[in-house]
Amino acid sequence: MLELQNVCFSVKNGGEEKIILNDVSLKIGERFVAITGPNGSGKSTLAKLIAGILTPTSGKILFDGEDVTQLSVTERARRGISFAFQQPVRFKGITVKDLVSLAAGKKIGMNEACSYLSEVGLCARDYIDREVDASLSGGELKRIEIATILARGTRFSVFDEPEAGIDLWSFQNLIAVFEKMYRKVQGSILIISHQERILNIADKIVVIAGGRVDREGAREEVLPHILGSSACRALTDKMEEANGRD
Amino acid sequence: MDEIEKMLLLQVADLHKIPEGAYNIRKDGAGEGRRSTANIEIAERSDGNPGIDIIVKPGTKRESVHIPVVITRSGLQDTVYNDFYIGEDADVLIIAGCGIHNCGKQQSEHSGVHTFHIGRNARVRYVEKHYGEGDGNGENVMNPTTQILMEEGAQMEMETTQIKGIDSTERVTRAELKAGATLVIREKIYTHGKQFAKTDFSVDLNGDGSSADVVSRSVAAQTSYQEFISRINGNGRCKGHTECDAIIMDAARVTAVPELSANNVDAELIHEAAIGKIAGEQLLKLMTLGLSEQEAEEQIIKGFLS
Repeated sequence: MLELQNVCFSVKNGGEEKIILNDVSLKIGERFVAITGPNGSGKSTLAKLIAGILTPTSGKILFDGEDVTQLSVTERARRGISFAFQQPVRFKGITVKDLVSLAAGKKIGMNEACSYLSEVGLCARDYIDREVDASLSGGELKRIEIATILARGTRFSVFDEPEAGIDLWSFQNLIAVFEKMYRKVQGSILIISHQERILNIADKIVVIAGGRVDREGAREEVLPHILGSSACRALTDKMEEANGRD
Repeated sequence: MDEIEKMLLLQVADLHKIPEGAYNIRKDGAGEGRRSTANIEIAERSDGNPGIDIIVKPGTKRESVHIPVVITRSGLQDTVYNDFYIGEDADVLIIAGCGIHNCGKQQSEHSGVHTFHIGRNARVRYVEKHYGEGDGNGENVMNPTTQILMEEGAQMEMETTQIKGIDSTERVTRAELKAGATLVIREKIYTHGKQFAKTDFSVDLNGDGSSADVVSRSVAAQTSYQEFISRINGNGRCKGHTECDAIIMDAARVTAVPELSANNVDAELIHEAAIGKIAGEQLLKLMTLGLSEQEAEEQIIKGFLS
């Protein structure tokens, strides 16, 4: 269970203080929780605060009852928090197998490495020895990023807009990966997304707007509110934009 | 051979024991063992200089030559001249390399001057590793010079690696390519402490259809300094590409100096150079997998130089 207690985050811009997140309190213990909301509402900041990439200006983050607010990225990762980047990072010379092994935290055999790649819909034999560099497409990188999260197998995983920057065809596959993950998950998945199909498999939906929790609750309660609202228009615009890219 | 010598051989030539095929092992400035085969002759030089001639018969296929050098005596200054004559249509693997173990206080130095005469349509894969170690304060110095003369349609792939323990190195490589010849060079260098490494490549693409691809990946740590000079002269209808990709850490410095000369309207030459520290997001990604910052750094460098 992850808990945010009165979390605030602000940045200094020139001499002016800009508030990104304002007094956010949340409990995330369900299997699959989706966070949505308009662009610039602070969703990615929230994900980075959970992973430890950013530290709150005030407030607390508790993970299974322990205060992790001041812990580093490494320490949080070792306690069981995983984070999938919105823009997966490329590495010259590090192969897909190296990266999956590092994620698993041990040397893994070919079979095990292949099983994680197959889970995300990649033909393992074609990818295992490839470098995680510019030769891979955005969709391929996204799936490898997800494979690293599967290999970690932690109790809590955060995905920051997994649909961002990939083409429609890859998106359809990605949804299938998350649908499968939902059936298998042990612990909680927190996913930041604008996609209705992702929101559709969430147990709980949290809407963030203007740096605050605008609404939260079971999918059945929240989804009808955001469909047809201004938040949803932003959401459908975003979908069209994503679908228009290829 | 004692354990230190065996270890050096393992580092520079991946050799656990006496190799298969032709070989020449040089230890502390003198011959330690040699074998010629039916197709590959290794002979003392006729001009009186220290070193050997390696003569590969035309048409020799899938054979290898090992010519490692091991230096364990502190203060030894060793210069050696090796000439390779690769016959037409031959296809061979040549593994050279030098390992220095300097436990004294004096400077140990090895300068290998290698000249390759590569016949028409012959193919050579040349692997060279340099490694140094020691528990004294003596410096390990290596200054390899490689000259490559390629006939029509010849191909050469050169892998040169210097990962550890060489305090100072000036590496000079010169190549001349006739029509249809292809040269690929992959260099990897890691320097630390106060080490200095200078690489100086110069390739003349003289013949039509010749090509060269020279790529250097390097990591400079602590207060070390590296200089990378690469010069390609396109004198015919040719393609040339040179790339320097360097990671700098701590207070290290790297200079990259490209020089491309197109002396023919059909010459296509490209240079790329990128120098910078490890990207913060690469460190962060590995830290989200549970690695400490230092472990992440090590993995990134290991991959980069692999």
